[in-house]
Amino acid sequence: MHVGLEHYLTVSFLLFGLGLLGVIMRRNLLVIYMSLELMLNAANLALVSFSRFNNNLNGQILVFFIITVAAAEVAVGLALIVALYRKRQSAHVEDLTSMKL
Amino acid sequence: MAPSDILPDILFYLFAALTLLCGVLVVANPFSRNPVTSAMFLVLTIISMAGLFVLLHAFFLAAVQIIVYAGAVIVLFLFVIMLLDLKEEQRRKIKLFGAGAGLVSVGVIMTISLKALRATQPGANLPAPQIEGGTDALGKLLFTQYVLPFEVVSILLLVAMVGVILLSKKDLK
Repeated sequence: MHVGLEHYLTVSFLLFGLGLLGVIMRRNLLVIYMSLELMLNAANLALVSFSRFNNNLNGQILVFFIITVAAAEVAVGLALIVALYRKRQSAHVEDLTSMKL
Repeated sequence: MAPSDILPDILFYLFAALTLLCGVLVVANPFSRNPVTSAMFLVLTIISMAGLFVLLHAFFLAAVQIIVYAGAVIVLFLFVIMLLDLKEEQRRKIKLFGAGAGLVSVGVIMTISLKALRATQPGANLPAPQIEGGTDALGKLLFTQYVLPFEVVSILLLVAMVGVILLSKKDLK
């Protein structure tokens, strides 16, 4: 069978599910963050395949902006994790249950 | 079917399998719970996803994906992993209830969405794809129709940079 939109969307859905599973299952803040990146990438793949099969470049522009914003978000998030680690000496979600430091 | 028609399909299955396999190893590696291993498999996931982007004729995005993600984001991750002392991670057990609940909920969501995909067949009656996501086509669109979001994103990057510098100061107020 020829590879079409459905195939790419299936891969994108499965990757999104994997990322979601990582966010729910893992207890390490950094691995949770990597799983979030996986979910963002799954959305990117869906957008690029929609863009390709609908003959419309706007989807790729959106992916370009998503990649830029994701890079900024990773920098800020990792700085927050480092600041949190300095206060609490832990990057484990079970040790970070109270809002007040 | 000519060989030039079959090759992209073979490459698609290769890259898709590689992406999903490395994705599994990022989330649940049976051999190592070390975050460094997860980060390394995230690099492999992203590179094979760039291969999928090339198969979708999104050449510019494939390059950006490798430069920004594999080049910058993962290096940042590795720096932070080495800043923090994460040897404790290997000793802790994964909670069985959390893992079970996660598997069930993700399984339900995946079943529903894949069933919906199978039922609706969104790509059934589309014309043959023609667009090429090269640098010139994307650049033209980016600097005409999308010039305002482009400038806003540059301000966002500046704000993020200032924020990160403030957050990494020793005495956080």
